[in-house]
Amino acid sequence: MTPAPDTAPATGPASGQGSPDDVLSVRNLDVTVGGRTLVEDVDFTIRAGERVGLIGESGSGKSLTALSVMGLLPEGLRATGSVRLAGVGHDLVGADEARMSRVRGKEIAMVFQEPMTALNPTMKVGRQIAEVLLIHRTRPDRASASAAAVELLAQVGLPDPATAADAYPHQFSGGQRQRVVLAIALANDPALLVCDEPTTALDVTVQARVLDLIVRGVQDRRSAMLFITHDLAVVATACERVMVMYGGRVVESGPVQEVFTRPRHRYTRGLIGASDLTAVDDRGRLATIPGSVPPAGRFPAGCVFRNRCAHATEACATRPDWVPTGPDSGYACFHPVAESGARGTAVPTNQEAGRG
Amino acid sequence: MAEQLPPVDDDAPHAPGPRTGPVDAISVRDVTRDYRRPRASVRRPSPPVHALRGVSFAVPQGQRFGIVGESGCGKSTLLRILAGLDQPTSGSVAIDGRDITGLRERQLRFVRERLQLVFQDPMSALDPRMRVGDIVAEPLVAQGHQNRKERVTELLEAVGLRADAADRYPHQFSGGQRQRISIARALAPRPKIIVADEPVSALDVSVRAQVLNLIADLVDELSLTLVFVSHDLSVVRHVCDRVAVMHGGQIVESGSTEQVYEEPQHSYTRKLIAAVPTLGKALSGVSAADLNREYRP
Repeated sequence: MTPAPDTAPATGPASGQGSPDDVLSVRNLDVTVGGRTLVEDVDFTIRAGERVGLIGESGSGKSLTALSVMGLLPEGLRATGSVRLAGVGHDLVGADEARMSRVRGKEIAMVFQEPMTALNPTMKVGRQIAEVLLIHRTRPDRASASAAAVELLAQVGLPDPATAADAYPHQFSGGQRQRVVLAIALANDPALLVCDEPTTALDVTVQARVLDLIVRGVQDRRSAMLFITHDLAVVATACERVMVMYGGRVVESGPVQEVFTRPRHRYTRGLIGASDLTAVDDRGRLATIPGSVPPAGRFPAGCVFRNRCAHATEACATRPDWVPTGPDSGYACFHPVAESGARGTAVPTNQEAGRG
Repeated sequence: MAEQLPPVDDDAPHAPGPRTGPVDAISVRDVTRDYRRPRASVRRPSPPVHALRGVSFAVPQGQRFGIVGESGCGKSTLLRILAGLDQPTSGSVAIDGRDITGLRERQLRFVRERLQLVFQDPMSALDPRMRVGDIVAEPLVAQGHQNRKERVTELLEAVGLRADAADRYPHQFSGGQRQRISIARALAPRPKIIVADEPVSALDVSVRAQVLNLIADLVDELSLTLVFVSHDLSVVRHVCDRVAVMHGGQIVESGSTEQVYEEPQHSYTRKLIAAVPTLGKALSGVSAADLNREYRP
């Protein structure tokens, strides 16, 4: 395949030289449709064993970012930039379907929100797991693939895995189906697991179960993980590092502890405030971000958040540069939350902390 | 409006206990609901599903009452019964002291006026082919309300939408705005009780806070009684004064939200609280594996 059209030196966050531990390197990723830019200049690296969260609200571009990594963008959307994966000799951006289908399910695996649509309703789940092993020839024959499928179902905690392998997807509950999807995803020990809202449709106790299995699954394999969700608490629980997306750009990134206790970008701070249900004003009301997320591609020029930001000035009409604060952290804001004054935004750790 | 309603009788078997004063907005007594699944065998009928197994509770006027539980716990069945959309197999339900069990659709009119529902998914709850103004006015049409246009404008403004939203269609609005439209429609007949079924579960974080604040404002301004159903205990904790935890068709624990949250008595409640991820917990080192364990004080 032709190399990615845009191989200009990276300017965004985390654009250091590749290290042997790098699993996924995304450089200057843009996604456009017609004349509209939906994802702009996304740049990040995930290393082996690293769990990275990508958070943002609907329309922020987080799912498009994941789909570009997997080469699954919908018709009409075009990705430019570079996405490299360890062990794959070509750029994933612009790779044809024949090449991508050899990568998907092997080096990259994914778990989506809706397990029922991810599974084939007419096929027993054991065969669906065995299929991914046979297609990529990681097991020599049907018998050993079937045995491996039962073993994988046991790993994701399904009681009586041998019987489960012989059942159809509709015979499982939502949480069990998601575990089957996870078993398929982990079957070939992928270098990168992409999870797009994997627990959003699940009940809280089931979510806890599935999250635990996902984290254990990638830890056992030392896989890299890109975890997409709109739920800050889920990301803080499952990931070590987080990237905050808004308006198609990564506006802040860094270690979970850092970003969620000392956010620098005004949007991150607003998001944390709005999700904290224990902090209310004197009328008992929650903190909010004024306005609503604009439709994709209709964000203001310059800083994408400026039309909802109380601190926006004329300077924000030009695009803020990325301010690095560490190897994998930084923010893009002209009027960041002061480092010392940010203490008040920290999530109260009183009643909620230390439980469980 | 000429319909004859059964007279309110405070001495009816429904008045809860010997207490006097205002009648409870909602009173549910020992309600059960059994369903029968479609036959799977020719020899024997399929076993009944006990969706509700003896549920009792009362919601005084003006209270914000939460119902927490997971899929299949019976909370949706309970809501349908509260709204008069379904009948219990046994037990009784009273709205403002009037028994609604066994009433025919025509006799349920007072329930439709007093109690309104807000659903989880505002897209499927709003007719995509109707203009927002007509959606909001629909309950008013049913009740033969005059000056509907003015009332619609008033309602849209009350939920923070511009009056010109009335001429547009639901798909032209974001999820949060659609939920505002649902709320405006629910408020149209001037109900005293709002039953909200997971009203913020489908919304983004920043929108969720806006809608929760709107609900709180409206409940205060209009002195509404709120029944708030959610699987998310932390949302219920923020919104509600009292909470009932449902599991397997029963209320396994109920009390003030603070008390239930701080000192959960039932093992299922403890499990539920432990499983809710929060930023505070995560930042103090609670891992996914920890959420998956039962809470132990």
